[in-house]
Amino acid sequence: MASSTPKRTLPLSPNIQIYRPQLTSVLSIANRITGVVLSIYAVTLVAWLISAAAGPQAYSTVHGFIRSSFGQILLFGCTYSFFLHLCGGIRHLAWDAGYGFELRTIYASGWAVLAMSAALTLITWAASIGSAR
Amino acid sequence: MRSPLGRALGLGSAKDGVEQWWLERVTAIALVPLTLWFVASLVVHMNSDYATAIAWLQTPRATTLMVLLLTALFWHTALGLQVVIEDYVHSGLKFPLLIAMRFGCFVLAVAGILAVLRICFRG
Repeated sequence: MASSTPKRTLPLSPNIQIYRPQLTSVLSIANRITGVVLSIYAVTLVAWLISAAAGPQAYSTVHGFIRSSFGQILLFGCTYSFFLHLCGGIRHLAWDAGYGFELRTIYASGWAVLAMSAALTLITWAASIGSAR
Repeated sequence: MRSPLGRALGLGSAKDGVEQWWLERVTAIALVPLTLWFVASLVVHMNSDYATAIAWLQTPRATTLMVLLLTALFWHTALGLQVVIEDYVHSGLKFPLLIAMRFGCFVLAVAGILAVLRICFRG
């Protein structure tokens, strides 16, 4: 009987795929993902600076790509990633200083991070479109 | 830099974990004003032409803050990506990946700072 039982590999903890996503866990991984995404955008920042140093022709090529609709979508993603990472980072700094560990506070600050990052992204783009006119 | 407890007990692994942890926070605090200044500047200058953008980058304030931004940004990036790689890469690829990431961050920081200085000193 015992020999007929197929040998099973026991699941290892933590098995994150069986957990229901929660605000706390989603924001936690979001801070990492936006961090990695922003480091890719940082390469673009350096490319932009190098093109500006190289001269008007190189600059207009890079600037033209940024001003294209695809470039603008990427830039919008960059803006949102930045503000999410910024607000999430400030939340982390508060935790590091020893504040905000009560469950209610953790959820309140989590929703505040989502609201603030969305608001700051929209304000930035509204100001940018406004300054273009 | 060691934690007081670690110093008292004389224990610890590489003895420099606390300093890395602190530097990630210190660079994060520095990046709050620097990145907000940069985003605000882009809002103003994103739609301007080449000459205006260069004239802005050549101002002493913009040059100084851009060099500080690039330094803090790639330092923070290197520390953050190091944690990500150490957490998720457990194969033999981990070490070369860490070295490559460090080199990449250093090269980008140097290239970015030199570009800013070239713009600054072009006159």
